[in-house]
Amino acid sequence: MADLTSEFLGIHSPNPFWLASAPPTDKAYNVNRAFEAGWGGVVWKTLGEDPPIVNVNGPRYGAIHSNDRRVIGFNNIELITDRPLKTNLDEIRQIKRDWPDRAMVVSVMLPMNEPTWAKFVPMIEDTGADALELNFGCPHGMSERGMGAAVGQVPEYIQMAAEWCKKYARVPVIVKLTPNVTNILPPAKAAKAGGADAVSLINTVNSIMRVNYDTLTMYPTTDGMGSHGGYCGPAVKPIALHMVAEIARHQDTRGLPISGIGGIADWRDAVDFLALGASNVQVCTAAMVYGFKIIDDLTHGLSDFLDSKGMHSVGELVGKAVPSVTDWQYLNLNYVEKAVIDQDLCIKCGRCHIVCEDASHQAITKSINGSRHFEVIDEECVGCNLCVSVCPVDSCITMQQLTHGVDPRTGRPISSEKADWTTHPNNPMRK
Amino acid sequence: MSSGGSDRHQQRGRDVRAARLPVAEINRNFADMHPPLTRSEALIEADRCYFCFDAPCTTACPTGIDIPGFIQKIRSDNMKGSARTILEENIMGGMCARVCPTEVLCEEACVRNTHEDLPVRIGLLQRFATDPVFKQDIRLFARAPDSGQQVAVVGAGPAGLSCAHRLAMLGHNVVVFNRDRKPGGLNEYGIAAYKTLHDFAQREVQWIMDIGGIELRSEVTLGEDFTLASLMDEYDAVFLGIGLSDVNRLGLDNEEIDGVVDAVEYIATLRQTRDKSKLPVGRRIVVIGGGMTAIDVAVQSRKLGAEVVDMVYRRGPAQMGASSYEQEFALKNGVTLHHWARPVRILGDDTVTGMEFERTTLDKHGTLIGTGERWTIEADVVFKAVGQILGSDLPAAQNELLRTQGGKLSVNGERRTSIDGVWAGGDCIADGEDLTVTAVQDGKIAAIAIDRYLRGK
Repeated sequence: MADLTSEFLGIHSPNPFWLASAPPTDKAYNVNRAFEAGWGGVVWKTLGEDPPIVNVNGPRYGAIHSNDRRVIGFNNIELITDRPLKTNLDEIRQIKRDWPDRAMVVSVMLPMNEPTWAKFVPMIEDTGADALELNFGCPHGMSERGMGAAVGQVPEYIQMAAEWCKKYARVPVIVKLTPNVTNILPPAKAAKAGGADAVSLINTVNSIMRVNYDTLTMYPTTDGMGSHGGYCGPAVKPIALHMVAEIARHQDTRGLPISGIGGIADWRDAVDFLALGASNVQVCTAAMVYGFKIIDDLTHGLSDFLDSKGMHSVGELVGKAVPSVTDWQYLNLNYVEKAVIDQDLCIKCGRCHIVCEDASHQAITKSINGSRHFEVIDEECVGCNLCVSVCPVDSCITMQQLTHGVDPRTGRPISSEKADWTTHPNNPMRK
Repeated sequence: MSSGGSDRHQQRGRDVRAARLPVAEINRNFADMHPPLTRSEALIEADRCYFCFDAPCTTACPTGIDIPGFIQKIRSDNMKGSARTILEENIMGGMCARVCPTEVLCEEACVRNTHEDLPVRIGLLQRFATDPVFKQDIRLFARAPDSGQQVAVVGAGPAGLSCAHRLAMLGHNVVVFNRDRKPGGLNEYGIAAYKTLHDFAQREVQWIMDIGGIELRSEVTLGEDFTLASLMDEYDAVFLGIGLSDVNRLGLDNEEIDGVVDAVEYIATLRQTRDKSKLPVGRRIVVIGGGMTAIDVAVQSRKLGAEVVDMVYRRGPAQMGASSYEQEFALKNGVTLHHWARPVRILGDDTVTGMEFERTTLDKHGTLIGTGERWTIEADVVFKAVGQILGSDLPAAQNELLRTQGGKLSVNGERRTSIDGVWAGGDCIADGEDLTVTAVQDGKIAAIAIDRYLRGK
């Protein structure tokens, strides 16, 4: 059995699965239940100044469903904790005492002035919390007041707040980043420059879920009016993975510990984040949708996966896939793949044909000798993977590399030499 | 068949009585064979559709419904659009959703069968999509400007009504002549009761008629109240959707004694009897035949409380008119199927007591022959379900120009008969498949051809 114990910034937890700062970590009751279920740690729901903020008394959440009402995407307009600071601090202290082996990180969001940080950081630290996570990510509500994503979108603010926090904190400081930026690297660099020990990402994405088709208002609303919320759940995972990988591979941020967040629902999602450079992961939406029990699949699935790879610890997996992420310009243009349809598996739905016909390169037949038959025309196939993507049968269409001979589409011989855009004759900037 | 006249035979059989089962049980037995899908069931089922290119299910549908198209509209909650997609190709898409042998049509063609042996439940989805149309009386089609042309349609069954509706849509005026008291043909008088509950057949007919431009004249019979020649005189075109009004005989002595009953008539009576517990049924039943009528009468007898139902067919399971799904359905309902046996003698003097059979086989030329081995099955009622034929007094006899083939009307690909200006469709035409869905398609094809004919006149 692979060892799932995790050490992130020197904080030990029995597994790398933390609950992200969110409603499931808002109070002792939930956190106790989470730890009983086996979660490795929590990031306590974001604390702010007293008096606490207030929430709306109507819908806080909206969802995008599949036809059998699985939640594919989720959004919320809930703000940071709406309980008095002392209540939270007392509960955090008690929980840490009751569960000394679990990670207890506390999320904070404070106004942009140093005295506030000087006042609150030591108070929070006094609970025995293992680390602080700075919420520079929430895109709704708090950002209108100059906090949350409003900070996370300005690298200079990130750096400034990180510096203040580090100045008054003895425990590690994690900066939580917002994805509502065009490039994740400047905020990550700013966090690092401000002395942050790690970054966590992503927070939620600005979003409106849909329109109410009866009232033709946005949905959901509070008394007929709505406000954009933070989007999360399985739909945002690819966005998060890209940002994690960017930080993991960029020379200025490489080595900065990353806590991965965004649409993690099962162990494979966790593998994605870990292999692309996160050292641990945080989960929220899946727990909100299914409850804490999903930790069983996360831990057992990851452990069995590590065993199957001959890995003994989570650390061996971290960053494994990072070297495979590069810029487009370095992709080997001499590499040629063609789609191949396994006729024994083919159910003859014709989806591959119609998408290739309508949206790609007219490279799949619809009939051969008058009978329904779908086959790749190598002379037309550009290897785009569209047919593989739409085929409803797993492994029925695969991409196979041409290793020798001539590409029937281009008439060019297959070369084992690598050649990318940087040296391509069509590139006016070629080296 | 609306008269139900000869069910007196049934009531005079040896051990024949009503209410063999408690009323509640009979009612349960005649509940919906396939209960409709709930919305969430339908959405999940709709999600199983792969939205195939040039979909095999559509090809397999005799009316060519764009099945992936209507299912996709269920997914997007475009219910009116879904119903329109179905009904624009098959105006009886509501009834067909209930009675089509989908297991040998669209659902057999479903590509899901390849790896799962579990097709998308197209029939039930079609019902889900069309039910609101009839429940809420949603209008989907409008008439084209009046063409001033008059078309006579004989028969208010699926073929006739399909033809009438399409003609009305295209702007023509239609008079439908119907022999029965109620319109609907076999939808009203023939289909098994558990396949179409309540008054759905009538509601569907009413919805079809509501397009306007269709006048229904009931209880008028071709050959008695009017002739084909008179229709050809008075109307610009004629469509014959007259079905098969006579039943085949067994050709045995004693065929008229009490307890030997025509299955078609019994089923018609059953359909018109609201309280099924009032319907007499024999204790021991023998059904002769291997088609849908045979299965329907056998299963419904069991559902009414018959203790023993033996269905006897002269050839094997593969040659039966009933699909393997229907055969299995009969077995599940406690019907005993006997293959390779033919009736040779009706036992009993005034009242049937049983039936003598001879085992059959094929000789080396593939001809069915008796083996000489005989045995009897006791019976209180013997149902004859050995096929229906065109009525002898009907148009073929009235007009020598009207050609027949195998005892049914000859038509071309556009369903035109051998007479200019006369079309035909449904069970009465040669190569007809005895299905509601093919009859609807016949009516539709004929209407489109008639429209072209009238506009070219």
